[in-house]
Amino acid sequence: MRRAVLPGLLACLLLAPVAAHAIEDPSEMLKNPKLEARAEALGSQLRCLVCQNESIEASSAGLARDIRALVRRHIMRGETNKQIIAFLVARYGNFIRLDPPIDPATWLLWGSPLLAVAAGAGVVGVRLARRPPPAPPAPLDEAERDRLAKLLADHAGG
Amino acid sequence: MKNPPNRVARPAPARAVPVRPGPGRAVPGAPVPGRSPLRRTLLYSIPVVTVLAAGTGFYFMLRGLRRGTFNPHGVPSPLVGHRIPPFSLPGINAGGFSSTEIFAAHRPLVINFFASWCLPCREEEPVLMGLRAQGIPIWGIAYKDTVPAASAYLSKFGNPYARTASDEPGRASIDWGLTGVPETFIINSEGVVVWHMAGPLTPELATRVVEPMMQKLNQ
Repeated sequence: MRRAVLPGLLACLLLAPVAAHAIEDPSEMLKNPKLEARAEALGSQLRCLVCQNESIEASSAGLARDIRALVRRHIMRGETNKQIIAFLVARYGNFIRLDPPIDPATWLLWGSPLLAVAAGAGVVGVRLARRPPPAPPAPLDEAERDRLAKLLADHAGG
Repeated sequence: MKNPPNRVARPAPARAVPVRPGPGRAVPGAPVPGRSPLRRTLLYSIPVVTVLAAGTGFYFMLRGLRRGTFNPHGVPSPLVGHRIPPFSLPGINAGGFSSTEIFAAHRPLVINFFASWCLPCREEEPVLMGLRAQGIPIWGIAYKDTVPAASAYLSKFGNPYARTASDEPGRASIDWGLTGVPETFIINSEGVVVWHMAGPLTPELATRVVEPMMQKLNQ
């Protein structure tokens, strides 16, 4: 029992969804915890353009650090998330957004789940339409008719 | 539990069960009902067409990789077609330059971002020297580099730049949409970016893109 405790705790630690943050220097963080939380939430939606599959909050690349600092400066200036994203999109394109907007260039991307469901429904529909209708049940034979009559009689009598 | 005998399983009477011809039951060569030869041809063509399409795609991708025209990590360049961002940077040894000076130059320019710590920049250096030898003006901006290091780099490996500036904090470079070094921009005499390349210039890119583009812009 006791032996299971440590591996169990370790497993819990590994399974816990820990948000990855690459801030090495605590002085980078904003003093106001509310604004810092906003900066982290915004930063986790921005792609690190060096590592490309990480957010700027998760990356320790120099450029990611610079953009983290930039986001925080803009937040301190009182800008909205929309304004900050627009500022970065003007420089790096929508590629910097890990959550791309719905526009003609991303219709296919956002629509692909719907397309997949529609294609699946189409296949199922065609299959069902082609399936021959189920054969009518065979008529009861002599023994079955007798048994049915007996069951009904029992039921009515009991 | 009233009539236990009735619950005893008895052999199920044989019933006519409709038998559908399954895929495994097809006799080779015999026409399968509902499967026309056209349909079979279409089915067979799916893998062939897929392989051909993928092969063509890979061919162009690999060719582009070799020529330097395709970069799988490429970041879009929203600056292309727009005027350069406003900036003013100190120099490496002397001078430095600003966007105002680029507009005032009123001529097509190559703007190259480099750093002494960047190995691909060293590879690119001979290509830039070749462009300079042809009279193409290149203005260099050292990205996230200290002035002594950038200065030592230029005197050691040769200075292809007509003018140099230093963006040690890297803030001005973000306005250019820079994601690393080396990166090269070609701007026309109005200060509008017409071409952007992230990554080192290859000799082929220099002769195939940069030289003809600068020639055209100079006309």
